[in-house]
Amino acid sequence: MSAMLRNGWEQLMAQRWLMPVLIAVGFVLAFAIPEYNLFNKYVQLVMMYVGINIILTVSLNLVNGYMGEFSLAHAGFMAVGAYTAALLTQKVLPIAAYPGLFPLAVLAGGLVAALLGLIVAIPSFKVRGDYLAIITLAFLMIVKSVIENIDFIGGPRGIPGIKKLTTLPWVFFWVVVSVWVVRNFVYSHYGRGVLAIREDEIASDLMSVNTRRVKFLAFMVSSFFAGIAGGLFAHLLQFISPRVFDIIKTTDVLIMVYLGGIASIGGSILGATLYTVLLELLRPSTVAAMLAWLPAVVFDPLNEYFIRHLGVWRMVIMPLALVLVMLYWPRGIMGLREFRWFIPKRDLDAHHRPTTPGGSHGTAHDH
Amino acid sequence: MALLTTTRVRHYFGGLCAVSDFNLELRSGELVGIIGPNGAGKTTVFNLITGVYQASEGSIRLRDVELVGKTPHQITALRVGRTFQNIRLFRDLTVLDNVRIAHYAQVRYSPLEALLHLGRYPREEQRIIENSRRLLSIFKLEHLVGEIAKNLPYGLQRRLEIARALAIDPELLLLDEPAAGMNPNEIDQLMAFIQWIRREFKLTILLIEHQMKLVMGICERIKVLDFGETLAEGPPEAIQKNPKVLEAYLGEGAVG
Repeated sequence: MSAMLRNGWEQLMAQRWLMPVLIAVGFVLAFAIPEYNLFNKYVQLVMMYVGINIILTVSLNLVNGYMGEFSLAHAGFMAVGAYTAALLTQKVLPIAAYPGLFPLAVLAGGLVAALLGLIVAIPSFKVRGDYLAIITLAFLMIVKSVIENIDFIGGPRGIPGIKKLTTLPWVFFWVVVSVWVVRNFVYSHYGRGVLAIREDEIASDLMSVNTRRVKFLAFMVSSFFAGIAGGLFAHLLQFISPRVFDIIKTTDVLIMVYLGGIASIGGSILGATLYTVLLELLRPSTVAAMLAWLPAVVFDPLNEYFIRHLGVWRMVIMPLALVLVMLYWPRGIMGLREFRWFIPKRDLDAHHRPTTPGGSHGTAHDH
Repeated sequence: MALLTTTRVRHYFGGLCAVSDFNLELRSGELVGIIGPNGAGKTTVFNLITGVYQASEGSIRLRDVELVGKTPHQITALRVGRTFQNIRLFRDLTVLDNVRIAHYAQVRYSPLEALLHLGRYPREEQRIIENSRRLLSIFKLEHLVGEIAKNLPYGLQRRLEIARALAIDPELLLLDEPAAGMNPNEIDQLMAFIQWIRREFKLTILLIEHQMKLVMGICERIKVLDFGETLAEGPPEAIQKNPKVLEAYLGEGAVG
């Protein structure tokens, strides 16, 4: 039975037409769900957060997974994208008259984040490993304090009352774009360069890979989509402040990357979905409801000291989860593996053995 | 005209002079060996030529182009390929990707075309795949295209490393101890193999080797290094009889 299932699954995965069909169905659903309220508002909201987190995870995976660096700056680029997009819709663009300008604001957020990504990349990629982590952490802190000190954009109070412009179709659109672009990048000679750098940077350089260029490109693509996610996030939450984009936000994305598995787009999608849903289930009311069967003598103190303060406990639980995943499950759900759908047909075919067994070429030298 | 000319190249690690006054003229099509005891500076010479280290003094020219000051990928793109003393494959990547990566400098599509998989992308990718598979089939590795490099037996990893170096389409190939870890029978095969790739790919080869059988058997000229200094240079027969070389290898007093 399980063999049959596996066989069926394999066959399904080999169907190249399935991907475009799934995307089309996804778009129809993305429009239909809010239109006909197929799910309640809360579920719709969670779906949008799942989408935003997929964008964040896929893009961070490019640097932390495929390239094997450890960037902590993702929440910083997200903040830049969020503030850029929010300022545009609040103060610059006549969004009330032309709501169709919203994607432009999001795109601008992504572009500013990418530009900043390039600037951060210059000092960051002079170093590797721990030092890169420290530089990107410093950048994250700089972004936070710069925003806190500019009164024009609300300082530490943030920007309240942002219009709710993020919709399910827009989130779905950007998820498709980010997954497609990151996948295209990975399956190009730049992407192979990124993988080579993770394996052995000096050897890649000696195999003609322009390592600097490859790293900069990867970092820019990564920060671009972090900015996009930020813009969507701002217009969903309707309130942003520097505190929203602190190290905890980066930690969340890191957990999703390592949970889903490094160097895997499919893994990033699974990791982001699983983690976002789990986090929603960990809300005090949900947990209290789930544990209500416990005897009062256990439940009451648990509720008093733990469940009601889950928001604070999260700051302990989540970093701990990151450490545990990295130690005991370094490959995550599907680290270094990929759904066949995401692999271009040309690449799949190229890895097939020749049909005529070994040495099909008469010129082959015997050695 | 010489393909590679190094003039009075010197390199220091801190206060230690690892290579001093290294002069070499390599004519197109030659096969030259560098020998010397461990720590003589042989691999450092390779690292200086390929830009891993920047020479402290002197000049390294490929035809008319000065290599000192260039980065490794710039030098590699000028058609200089190399292998490593300790195999340095991309261990977790497939055999095919190991060879494809070395095509980086030959790929002609822009980042935008890469992000959209449009324009020159499909044609160029197809070309790289075909060339990689052609190389792998020449090296009898084609049936292993999808294997992860680290799973290959040692001998095949060595072969894959040479295939990868040739994917650069080099004019000058630097082989760092190609016979390391091989038995006499395998060394015989390797000698024939090096001669064959040299003809087939029209290569100029500079190799470092400890196996005297290989060096004496195929090199047209040999350069002997000791403590960073050139001890002797000449055809194999002359090197074999050179008293200074014998002394360095066998110790003082060994020579009558």
